[in-house]
Amino acid sequence: MSTHVEHAEPGIFRKYFWSTDHKMIAMQYLFTGMAMALIGGYFAYVFRMQLGFPNQYVPGYGIVTPGRYNALVTMHGSIMIFWVAMPVLIAAFGNFLIPLMVGCDDMAFPRINRLSYQIFLLSVLVLLSSFLVKGGPFGGAWTAYPPLSAVGSYNLTPAGATLWLVAVALEFVAFLLGGINFTVTTMNSRAPGMKMYDIPLVIWMIVLASIIFMCSAGPLIAGAVMLLFDQTMSTGFFDPTRGGDPLLWQHLFWFFGHPEVYVVLLPAMGIVAEIIAVFARKKIFGYKTVLYTTWAVGFLSFVVWAHHQFVAGIDPRMANIFSITTLLISVPITEMVFLYIATLYGGSIHLDTPMLWALGFIAEFMVGGVTGIFLGSSGTDIYLHDTYFVIAHFHYTFVPIAIIAVYGGLTFWYPKMFGRMLNETLGKIHFWGTVIPFNVIFIPLFITGTAGDQRRVYSYALFAEQSRPALQHLRLTSTIALLVMLSFQLIFIFNFFWSLRNGKSAGANPWRSATLEWTVPSPPPHGNFAVMPTVYRGPYEYGLPGGADDYVPQNVPDQAFGDQNS
Amino acid sequence: MLERYLTAASTYAHWIDYQFLLIAVLVGFWLIVAEGMMFWLIFKFRARDGRATQYITGEETHLKRWITIPHILVILCDIVIIVPAILVWYNIKQVMPPADETVRVIGQQWAWSFQQAGPDGVMDTADDIRTVGELHVKVNTTYHFELMSRDVVHSFAVPSFRLKQDALPGRTISGWFRPNRVGSYDIQCTQMCGIGHGLMAGRIIVETPQDHAAWLLHNSTPAVAGQQALPSPSTVGMDGLATMAEVRR
Amino acid sequence: MSASAKPIANARSGTGIPSARLITWWVIASEIVIFGGLLASYIMHRVAHPEWAESASHTLTWAGALNTFILLTSSLCAVLAHQAADSHDGPKAAKLLRLTALGGLIFLCVKGYEWTLDIREGFVLSSGGFWSFYYTLAGLHGLHVLAGMIIMLIVAADAAKNEELQRVECIGLYWHFVDIVWIFLFPLLYIAK
Repeated sequence: MSTHVEHAEPGIFRKYFWSTDHKMIAMQYLFTGMAMALIGGYFAYVFRMQLGFPNQYVPGYGIVTPGRYNALVTMHGSIMIFWVAMPVLIAAFGNFLIPLMVGCDDMAFPRINRLSYQIFLLSVLVLLSSFLVKGGPFGGAWTAYPPLSAVGSYNLTPAGATLWLVAVALEFVAFLLGGINFTVTTMNSRAPGMKMYDIPLVIWMIVLASIIFMCSAGPLIAGAVMLLFDQTMSTGFFDPTRGGDPLLWQHLFWFFGHPEVYVVLLPAMGIVAEIIAVFARKKIFGYKTVLYTTWAVGFLSFVVWAHHQFVAGIDPRMANIFSITTLLISVPITEMVFLYIATLYGGSIHLDTPMLWALGFIAEFMVGGVTGIFLGSSGTDIYLHDTYFVIAHFHYTFVPIAIIAVYGGLTFWYPKMFGRMLNETLGKIHFWGTVIPFNVIFIPLFITGTAGDQRRVYSYALFAEQSRPALQHLRLTSTIALLVMLSFQLIFIFNFFWSLRNGKSAGANPWRSATLEWTVPSPPPHGNFAVMPTVYRGPYEYGLPGGADDYVPQNVPDQAFGDQNS
Repeated sequence: MLERYLTAASTYAHWIDYQFLLIAVLVGFWLIVAEGMMFWLIFKFRARDGRATQYITGEETHLKRWITIPHILVILCDIVIIVPAILVWYNIKQVMPPADETVRVIGQQWAWSFQQAGPDGVMDTADDIRTVGELHVKVNTTYHFELMSRDVVHSFAVPSFRLKQDALPGRTISGWFRPNRVGSYDIQCTQMCGIGHGLMAGRIIVETPQDHAAWLLHNSTPAVAGQQALPSPSTVGMDGLATMAEVRR
Repeated sequence: MSASAKPIANARSGTGIPSARLITWWVIASEIVIFGGLLASYIMHRVAHPEWAESASHTLTWAGALNTFILLTSSLCAVLAHQAADSHDGPKAAKLLRLTALGGLIFLCVKGYEWTLDIREGFVLSSGGFWSFYYTLAGLHGLHVLAGMIIMLIVAADAAKNEELQRVECIGLYWHFVDIVWIFLFPLLYIAK
């Protein structure tokens, strides 16, 4: 408080839309991301209905034509990755947690932070405006391969394609600004005494994700400029008849696109690490090893991109190299998951809602991980490429990341964000109502993919092998499970808003957690810390022998507990 | 394993199926071990009154073993997977067995068209057979295909053959297949290629040598060949649009 | 909320590098990747298309060389501005920064004149692979020059009042980066023929 001049209560606009407070910006990102998740979820509902009940009227939408179907899947993919996973996992959690967990009052550059959100909001508006233009939103898949995406007469959505591209580019700029800010804040603004290995894993992982994003997004921004000129100024960067090369875009896209997987995975892994440590009352098993594996993953993520292009017409010899690097990346990821499981050993596991989500993340993510082996090994990818097997595989990674881990993080930090506890019973119902249908959605899709269902097809009526009744039953199962899963989200939305007013008062540290954000009141006041903290130990000191309590917060000096372990 | 879900109708379909089975067994084993371990730990170390947590940093050698040893085994399994995977890939995509026949495959929005030599056995002569949406091949014959695209990126996929290859505008990509089972199979386009992507279906018909010869003879008379001639891209596009207009209604 | 109250976070320096300089380096790093992606694409295409040399022969080498000279000179001014800021001479730093920005302006004028000549000869953005890259690369670089000039004038206005002198160094760093990008562009677009 002493450091900040207190101002008169600002107006609503200044408070909610023009704030430079990292917590407010986190809320802006969180609520924008959640609103976009509703849109993305609605699209999933519409096209799954079309697949479950081909060519029938979809309640709340209408008839799904092939063109609209393409737009729906394209927008679902783009929104869920760029406008849900990124803003919620990196920007919302990053903004909220970084200053609190490294022990400072705000980001190093609060106004750049505000600018980041404003550009992000602009990208949302640009994307949404593409729903209103002639031809409708872009329908050339979220990978936007040219020449389809470059030529209006091929995609028939010239305005939508350009707006999509501009929206993605703006979104990238927003996250570059945000990520640079995260990185500088974590490097420079940590509380005195917080050494490199005292930084909580979630902060490490958000920052590493930001750096990976920064290193991978550049070429695609360059590619976006080229594609924009191809669309609007009749250049021929990707036009083979004029010396261009359509494969160039694929390389630029996947050079970004694969690291992007880890950009969203790492914050999720970080969130899960925090939760597991708190609810198992255990130090993370091999904190430094987790970090080393993270670095290895970050590095390797840059040399695997062409496994998305095995059958794309690249030199077949390249596939061998990328097949090997892809299997190599499974080495550090396996190690990381093993370490998380090992953290449970010797613990005292409390199965509160956040912990259920965290354990659910590990259990489901492993399925996503091992099914990746089928696709990374070039031989089987010939068959499985662009089938529903791929869809099921990456949803087994992305849903744990962007849904399960996010719910874990939200239920875990909700008391800190809003000062009240969520309802535990509703939380558990919501957990089981999400995780069970999730498996029922995607296990059938592994089977239809194995049976040869290709992606992005609005109806299999024309494909004799794919219109077998058994496969249609599986698709229908998946659709119904989706309806169940979506309806259970209402419980969360209710719980979220109901608990804002009626939840139990949380107090500063309801989970008895050791990291810095729990040492301040909930919700944290402007400026966060009344007295700026000093850090004396690592973030996961649970079950310390000889301690008075079963944990020691990071900001408590050694003498207070008389331990010799720091 | 894959054959349970879809017929295998080419020689290399089995290579891919065995590779799939190998991976399924190995990763399935590890998945069960890891998930089992996790749930056992959750049960074993559930919170109980009066039991203190153990203080473990993860740097104790006797505990690290439990990570390191399985991890080394996992890496060994990785090698067991990657070597045959590359062999399968090498034999399908990198080397081509000598061709008995050649066929040209052309993708365009939103149809597949095919060109193969007529009875004279030479490509690009007057008696070439051009077909749209339907490819007739002889069983137990090695075909080389030359794949190209007139407009956007397409992908030529025959699931029953376990064959898939993207078609790129401006390039001709070669590949091969050897059908070994008579029948009629789907051709799919598996790369998003515009609003008619879901309509870009085709059939590949594998015939006995006698049937194929009869078909060849029947279709190579100039009159019929003329009828079968490749329609211009715009006509095909209009057909696709017409089909879609029906769907809209 | 007020612009003058900087957070404590801004003043800390865990790495020993001031936050302002650190963030400038990160911005430059992310820009390097953007230009790197574009340049790598250009080089790969250029190698694959020897016939582009014919197009490249129409570029005006003298204009590129003149611009190289102008940018290098302006970078020198930026260095001198940094020295002045280090010795807390805000007004002098401001004067030198404005001189640097003037260099940028001359650069853009030369560029504009050069492009006019190119366009008169019929070489526009869509005239072929080389020209597409030529205008895109130089255009993206030109935008960076323009942005740098604007920021520089804002920094100069503060520096003249002896405020925020640490920014003089940062904008200087950025200007050197823009300069170095040009050092890559000049041989690749003008000299390789």
